[in-house]
Amino acid sequence: MLSKRIIPCLDVKDGKVVKGVQFKNHEIVGDILNLAERYSNEGADELVFYDITASADGTTINTNWVNAVAEKLAIPFCVAGGIRSLEDAAKRFESGADKISINSPALERPDFINELVAAFGSQSIVVGIDSKERDGNYSIYQYTGRPDQMQKANRNTLDWAHEVAERGAGEIVLNCMNQDGVRKGYDLRQLNAVRDATTIPLIASGGAGQMCHFQDVFTDTNVDGALAASVFHKEIISISELKLFLRQKGVRIRP
Amino acid sequence: MKTVIVNSGCANIASVKFAFERLGANVNVSSDLQEISKADRVILPGVGTFDFAMSGLIKNQLINAIKSLSQPVLGICLGMQLYFEGSAEGVTQGLGLAKGIADKFLSEPNLPVPHMGWNQLENLSDDPLLKGLDEGSYVYFVHSYFIPLGETTLAETTYGTTFSASVRKENFWGCQFHPERSSDVGATILNNFLKLS
Repeated sequence: MLSKRIIPCLDVKDGKVVKGVQFKNHEIVGDILNLAERYSNEGADELVFYDITASADGTTINTNWVNAVAEKLAIPFCVAGGIRSLEDAAKRFESGADKISINSPALERPDFINELVAAFGSQSIVVGIDSKERDGNYSIYQYTGRPDQMQKANRNTLDWAHEVAERGAGEIVLNCMNQDGVRKGYDLRQLNAVRDATTIPLIASGGAGQMCHFQDVFTDTNVDGALAASVFHKEIISISELKLFLRQKGVRIRP
Repeated sequence: MKTVIVNSGCANIASVKFAFERLGANVNVSSDLQEISKADRVILPGVGTFDFAMSGLIKNQLINAIKSLSQPVLGICLGMQLYFEGSAEGVTQGLGLAKGIADKFLSEPNLPVPHMGWNQLENLSDDPLLKGLDEGSYVYFVHSYFIPLGETTLAETTYGTTFSASVRKENFWGCQFHPERSSDVGATILNNFLKLS
């Protein structure tokens, strides 16, 4: 049986791993390679690296550390941040990334998703969606790496999730912004709504604070994986203990 | 011993190379016919689309060279699917080393496609490639197309349907999953491959 994935997310800024609360006030939490290796050893199923400045700066991630991570790790990882051309994407893959994730560039030019899928196959193209609930509606935000440039995109989350799947994306990471960094649990209602809107793998992001939040997201929604950052970086939750806990609760988890 | 990864123009070559290097192997990436033919081990990687991967091999005039290899060959993911006659994904003929055509997973509400993540190996055959692995070992998959069960199947995995997780046709071994991304289990498989005689 396919297991549910536990995915630590490393937000990268200027070559260091950082974490902010609701996308603001970033603090440095560590070195990319050290953290990546630690998570892999603890049993992480996959890693995601978001270069949070690249998209808003119009730059793309530095491939040196992508290469270094690929050299060390024997688990899959995805990189994101300002990938705007097929060439940008090809460089990430050549450096050893298994998947790339795009967010703002997909909103600017949705055909980009189709072009990436045609060149690299669905399975390696992830679309990140930053979404916020307001008055019962879910809306998309873009350029979320930079508070001063962040803006509401004129799109409904459920429509966009459906559209990116239609365009061939292989996975969606849904970052529920109301929950991000506040550790009160995943946004189960929104995740269920997006789950119903699409048939590609869906990863929950935003809100993990305790081990039971992971249990909730896997029992109350049909997401394929759960992503979290600060609880792992700050060692509030250990991945190996989390996986043991979830297995005891009957969640299908790789030992 | 020289291991050569066929430069199929596909995406995951670096991670495959690194995985073999972690095991101490001497690895080169090449699309040179001579170098591939003379290698002790040949890896056929593949991420991308069936037609794209086949057109890369055709462009480099590698079809006959690959088909006539007699040393151990390991096809990974799409690379393994290329061994077969074709794919529902494309119109190009496969290498035709083994019978069968890659089929597409049916997307259902509780069965997202691609099949992405860690899934279990079942019904393991007694084959040197799988030596030391336990039933139910987890390996990492990312694919939308699969090779149905058949004579070449070495191990099975279930995702809605049960399909070939690993195959073998004479000196051509294949993994639908990514051993280079399957942690210790994957390293065991790659190590077994290097030790094949």
